[in-house]
Amino acid sequence: MDTNSAPLLKMQGIKKDFFGNQVLTDINLELKAGEVLGLCGENGAGKSTLMKILFGATDIAETGGYGGDIFLDGQKVSFSSPFEAIEAGIGMVHQEFSLIPGFDATENILLNREPEKYNFISEIFGERLNTLDRGAMDERAREAVDKMGVAIDRHMMINTMPVGHKQFTEIARELSKEQLKLLILDEPTAVLTEREAVALLDSIKNMSERGISVIFITHRLQEILTVCDTVAVMRDGVLVECVPSSETSVTQITKRMVGREMAGSSEKREIRNNDDAKTILKIEKLWVDMPGETVRNVTLDVKEGEILGIGGLAGQGKLGIPNGIMGLYEAGGSVVFDGKEIPLNSPRICLDSSFAFVSEDRRGVGLLLDETLEWNVAFPAMQIQDKFLKKYLGGLIKWRDEKAIREVTEKYIDELQIKCTSSKQNAKELSGGNQQKVCLAKAFALEPRLLFVSEPTRGIDVGAKALVLEALRRFNRESGVTVVMVSSELEELRQVCDRIAIVSGGRISGILPADSTTEDFGTLMLKGVR
Amino acid sequence: MKIKEKFNLRQASVPIMFILICAVCIPLSGLSPKMLINEIITRMGRNSFLILSLLIPIMAGMGLNFGMTLGAMAAEIALILVCDWQIVSVPGMILAAIISVPISVLLGIFCGKILNRAKGREMITSYIMAFFVNGIYQLIVLYLMGKVIPIKHSSIKLPRGYGIRNTVSLLSMRQKLDNMLAINVAGVKIPVLTFIIIAVMCFIIIWFRRTKLGQDMRAVGQDMDVARDAGINVERTRIISIVISTVLAGLGMIIYLQNMGNIATYTAHSQIGMFCIAALLVGGASVDKASIGNVFLGVILFHTMFIVAPRAGAYITGDSMIGEYFRVFVSYAVITVALIMYETNKRKAKSAASMKLKDAQDSEETQKSADAQEG
Repeated sequence: MDTNSAPLLKMQGIKKDFFGNQVLTDINLELKAGEVLGLCGENGAGKSTLMKILFGATDIAETGGYGGDIFLDGQKVSFSSPFEAIEAGIGMVHQEFSLIPGFDATENILLNREPEKYNFISEIFGERLNTLDRGAMDERAREAVDKMGVAIDRHMMINTMPVGHKQFTEIARELSKEQLKLLILDEPTAVLTEREAVALLDSIKNMSERGISVIFITHRLQEILTVCDTVAVMRDGVLVECVPSSETSVTQITKRMVGREMAGSSEKREIRNNDDAKTILKIEKLWVDMPGETVRNVTLDVKEGEILGIGGLAGQGKLGIPNGIMGLYEAGGSVVFDGKEIPLNSPRICLDSSFAFVSEDRRGVGLLLDETLEWNVAFPAMQIQDKFLKKYLGGLIKWRDEKAIREVTEKYIDELQIKCTSSKQNAKELSGGNQQKVCLAKAFALEPRLLFVSEPTRGIDVGAKALVLEALRRFNRESGVTVVMVSSELEELRQVCDRIAIVSGGRISGILPADSTTEDFGTLMLKGVR
Repeated sequence: MKIKEKFNLRQASVPIMFILICAVCIPLSGLSPKMLINEIITRMGRNSFLILSLLIPIMAGMGLNFGMTLGAMAAEIALILVCDWQIVSVPGMILAAIISVPISVLLGIFCGKILNRAKGREMITSYIMAFFVNGIYQLIVLYLMGKVIPIKHSSIKLPRGYGIRNTVSLLSMRQKLDNMLAINVAGVKIPVLTFIIIAVMCFIIIWFRRTKLGQDMRAVGQDMDVARDAGINVERTRIISIVISTVLAGLGMIIYLQNMGNIATYTAHSQIGMFCIAALLVGGASVDKASIGNVFLGVILFHTMFIVAPRAGAYITGDSMIGEYFRVFVSYAVITVALIMYETNKRKAKSAASMKLKDAQDSEETQKSADAQEG
């Protein structure tokens, strides 16, 4: 590597906000040709946003662009679409595969860049009627696979390939682009087996020797130390550390990633020890097929009256647990509630057994957007428990009890401080935080014995956040309802919960009391990441 | 490998059912082998080209193109005009083809644009659109022809002075294409030129699959988002596939009508889409997969049933209407079965993916307990 050369990539003072919500603050980053940069940080630390800016993702421009400058090879660049970024020599391998299932590896590697053969018909009807040059295609795919250094079957159909090979096919596709100078790998080892991951790391070294720079995003810190020249750690939209990998260690990186300065939130609060309480929910060998949130073999006990937190990094399966138990995604295993076996894949039975679920998908699953608050609050209770109904003719005819519905809605509007014009306002007109409160009110109105809350504070502002968390805690303490709360924000779990289970690689990697140190939680989060 | 074999058996179930039906009905119908083969050859020449027009939208992931009726209507308008201009025989057919192509292209673009707004619901949308365009077709044929579009000959005009008669005779073109170069093998007439045209079309389709456009269509058909990310113009590719299909359907309709020898002005196109799609499905095709082999197997099986069922029905019940009823009933049944099979296959594939997760977990458990025993 020529250390004297000007940096290949220079990012200067990069800033980005989404509608006033600052997600990146003053990022400065440099990358030489052939250098491998490891980028790590918790979810929401801003890694993906930063990469999106670099790769010209369209949603960046749609949300008002970014601040700061990017220089590639000394030239100032600003991409308005990924195609421009590709043209300039940047390649990116995303977490989700972008492959055509019924094509083989060769066809996918050269998708829309196939070598063509000219013929007389294309002279009349245009270039798209050129025939494909299969020989040249094979040759170029072979070159790309050689460049990668991992042997994959170029004639294998994607849909019959093991997951790891799909990942390698994607990498080979980027390498087949001749102009490629910088390759961004977004958690490429997440789906690989141990052996494949080692092969990938060798391949990254190989690329670096050929002068291709690599930005490598991963949660497996050991990998970063093995392969990267430099390690950059991000937290809350700030680049907290950028050092040569020889000068750091896994423990130090972990500390930097999670250890945020706690301002004000460190107030003492009681953490109840519920060890003596009876186990109200017993989950055994649960698997859930939720896309992107796969759960594998989870066994977990929930004690009566506690608030159990479920945390972990995005995509590790924490959201799959409540969604699987409530029957929203295909699941298997056994769930026993208060001594009674709950059959899976049947939402109705869950609700009948007095479970309630506040989904992370507020607008999709949580709310009837075009209906009034009254309806939103009372509807599930009406449907499931025959509440708020006036019965005539011995229950043959049921009429809505509008007065009771209004009373209960107004009660929750007061209690949760929902900002609205009246209880007749439509749910879609409320702000995100207030919509979340309506979701909670809806669940509270069911008077459940077990409440699942999934990402209750996602996308809402600080004030509303505090209120929502307080409401949850009060609901638990006053009505004795057992609460299982899933959140990607460790801090908020630590504020509310009694115990916190950390999910990693689809499994429970450990359960700790809420007052354990952040380092302990951090270690658990990264333990089983795959 | 095992999964693949099973899947093929499911796919083959419809053709096998039809082979059995034909095997039972052929002896009952009392048709001589020569007559039967003659009929089948005639119908192959008549229908194959039309069915070939369905292949390209399937490749582009747009399902069965019920909108092929649009092309058929374009061909009918062209033929009516050519008939009025009294250009006869093969030159008349070529002129009709030339006139039908721009109409088909326009209708195809229109259809493609609408289907782009109804992604994932192409089949029902094109089916309903065929009814809508049928209304426009009737407006043109029933009111505009003779009033706005000059029609000279009273033999095709309604007595009131405008509008076209229920049946337009194509006597001047009747089987002119089929009879050119026709040969007679042991009493069976083989329309060689028609078959040559069909064979050329097959080769064009095979060649087309190997072009850049064909490759793009296959990519778009399998995953629109991935194709778009790779820089393929998804919308345009889909429109082109519908345009090609509509144009081919128009040409196919001209071949079909020259064989029939007359145009049933208001009904000829209405069931053509249904019967072509049913024939393709009988040949073992599905909503997302069809080959040239499916086309020919489908034509032979479906039309053998068409030929023998009425006679077999007449033999059993003494009423030939039962056969007519049977063929319509079977067409709809075949399409329904194919659509249900398509949906269940999709669901099965998803469920199989979930089961894999369970199997992985189970094998892990056994591994663990084995380890525990060892330790």
